[in-house]
Amino acid sequence: MTDHKNNEVDQHSGTQTTGHEWDGIKELDTPMPRWWLLTFYVCIIWAVGYWYVYPAWPTFGGEGIRGGTVGASDWTSYKQLEESQAEIVARRAVYQSQFDSAPFAEIKQNEALFAFGMAGGKAAFGDNCATCHGTGGAGASGYPNLNDDDWLWGGTIEDIYTTIRYGIRANHEETRYSEMPAFSEMLDADDIDVIADYVVKTSAGAADAGSSTGAEAFAENCAACHGDTLKGMHDFGAPNLSDSLWLYGSSKDDIVAQIKKPKHGLMPSWEGRLDASTIRQLALYVHSLGGGEE
Amino acid sequence: MSDLTAPNKLFAKSPRIFPKRVWGRFRQIKWVAMVVLLGIYYLTPFLRWDRGEHAPDQAILFDMVHQRAYFFYIDLWPQEVFYLAGIMILAAFGLFFVTSLFGRVWCGYACPQTVWTDLFVWVERIVQGDRVKRVKLHNAPWSFEKIWKMALTHTLWLLIGLMTGGAWVFYFNDAPTLLEQIMLFEVPWPVLVWIISLTLSTYLMAGFARNQVCTYMCPYARFQSAMFDKNTLIISYDEQRGEPRGKKKKDESWENRGHCVDCTACVQVCPMGIDIRDGLQMECIACGLCIDACDNVMDKLELPRNLIRYDTSLQQEARIEGSAEQTKLVRPRTIYYALLLTFIGSLMAYGLLSRSDTEIHVLRDRNPLFVQLSDGTIRNGYAIKILNKSYQDKVYKLTVQGLDDMTIKIQGIGNVTANALPVYADSVGHFRIFITAPKASDARTDIEFKLQPLDGGDSGTYSSIFTSGK
Repeated sequence: MTDHKNNEVDQHSGTQTTGHEWDGIKELDTPMPRWWLLTFYVCIIWAVGYWYVYPAWPTFGGEGIRGGTVGASDWTSYKQLEESQAEIVARRAVYQSQFDSAPFAEIKQNEALFAFGMAGGKAAFGDNCATCHGTGGAGASGYPNLNDDDWLWGGTIEDIYTTIRYGIRANHEETRYSEMPAFSEMLDADDIDVIADYVVKTSAGAADAGSSTGAEAFAENCAACHGDTLKGMHDFGAPNLSDSLWLYGSSKDDIVAQIKKPKHGLMPSWEGRLDASTIRQLALYVHSLGGGEE
Repeated sequence: MSDLTAPNKLFAKSPRIFPKRVWGRFRQIKWVAMVVLLGIYYLTPFLRWDRGEHAPDQAILFDMVHQRAYFFYIDLWPQEVFYLAGIMILAAFGLFFVTSLFGRVWCGYACPQTVWTDLFVWVERIVQGDRVKRVKLHNAPWSFEKIWKMALTHTLWLLIGLMTGGAWVFYFNDAPTLLEQIMLFEVPWPVLVWIISLTLSTYLMAGFARNQVCTYMCPYARFQSAMFDKNTLIISYDEQRGEPRGKKKKDESWENRGHCVDCTACVQVCPMGIDIRDGLQMECIACGLCIDACDNVMDKLELPRNLIRYDTSLQQEARIEGSAEQTKLVRPRTIYYALLLTFIGSLMAYGLLSRSDTEIHVLRDRNPLFVQLSDGTIRNGYAIKILNKSYQDKVYKLTVQGLDDMTIKIQGIGNVTANALPVYADSVGHFRIFITAPKASDARTDIEFKLQPLDGGDSGTYSSIFTSGK
């Protein structure tokens, strides 16, 4: 610390020393520059004004604005956030009401509304759907790829809307529901093997689809839902077995496993979680990923 | 040894310079240069250039909001900003070239710092009088006279600054519209910020910093010595003829003494506050005002002019040695600079003349990389940007080469097909397209997108790939 009783003045610089000396080197007690001190004092005055105008002191009690003093300007970052969000909603409102009232067919002809729906749909997809279907909508084993043209419950924009709104095997009265029985209890292993063989060969497009017993067993047990031509049925969510796309794998073992003890996916109902407008945006977005049916 | 008892000062306060008024050839050139350069600066934004209804009609305009730079028939998009770098390189080499030929003529006559400082000194002189009166007023205590003269000077400086900043913003906005807004005090705030900051910087630089900008701030003033050689024109004092200098009595003869009468006229007029008789100095901006001042004195004394003049050190030495060697304008240094200027200028000209007004950019989807469809075919998605740099709305036909049996589908509204993609004038069209083709044996097929305007004109191509997966 500076020894204030020390009055020694350094001959070279004309400045008072602190009285400290190390090996003959003396420490000068150079005062702070005037401009620096002035700036410092101005900052202190500024700070006092700042406390008064802006919320500055926490009150720990949860009173005032979430536990702090309210400044004279009445400004808070919460209010600023609310205002900027209200501004975004107001800017959206121009398109929002039009989008909500226009049928999908009309939206698909209107450049502005289409762009609005796609932008909203993309954001909502990333927030809600990407967890299972992937950010690009490419899905995974057990989670359908939304880019392709194979749809379990229908691929028109209205079908997609219904699926998103009510879900599949979800906790909603209107939900889409179907359940494939576990054939391991009804058929013996040989029959299952014959059917799987028949399905694999038909799917691969073979002219001779294996034994006639396979076709007969299929017609007897599976055709009710999957159809005589294996095309499936959207009403039951019964997959098309004649195409090259398989939700749970395309090998014979995968198919045998699915016949014996089928796995069933569950898609939640989004009604109530997302507003009607967002669900419409999502339907538009998913339909436009490339595989939507007209 | 320095004086150990005196405190060392780290800063030397720069003395204020009060340049005296001067008449003469170089002063006249400087006046003309000032009027011409300020005229260019203030009037350029009002030049019009017809580009049709889809683009502004201002000849030179940097449109930040719409991301376009217009320069007569050239219209640059943001991705072509490298042309700006080209212009800067051209400007730099132009400066080097001129410097190697004629010395610091840019500094003396054309640099904005010089021109505006000259203008500010002129205002100072009109209000406060010439050098002697200004020095007297500067040193006098505050009085009514000093207050109103200082106030008037600074007001006029600020007004000039305001006009400088006010003209600057015209290069970035439609000038007539903005002028009307300024007249009605309806200036948008970003414009106002620019006007105010440029007003203040002009006031500061030309009113106060002046010669210190050239001495301490300007990099060019520092490295110009790298461009100097014996053939460079510099302002030089003819020592042989001038020395020994001294005041001259009326009846004294010119025998055995120099022609310099030590009147210090050359020092009094110098805007940089140096004495040119000490030889070439870094501060000298080669404006030639000391030449005018000295010539006027020589005329009165009925002695030949050119005691101070534009000269090269080669010629000075030649005069001393009595040889007939002449300054050479064509020498390796000037040839290099001229070649570089021609080379870069040609590159720029080639780039601008061969610039296509159609461009296509293709970004292939990465997620998903490809989609297998139910019939086993493969689909790839691409985001396409079509740049229509012309001033007409155009319709383009998009074709893809390198794939057999493929179909193209455009995502989006209406019935847009690849045969007719509409893009507005002077804008970018965004499209998402899906290409479907049978699964290929190779995981990757090279394809090329080709874009052709239906009404003819430049076409564009872009290479990409089609992925089938393994």
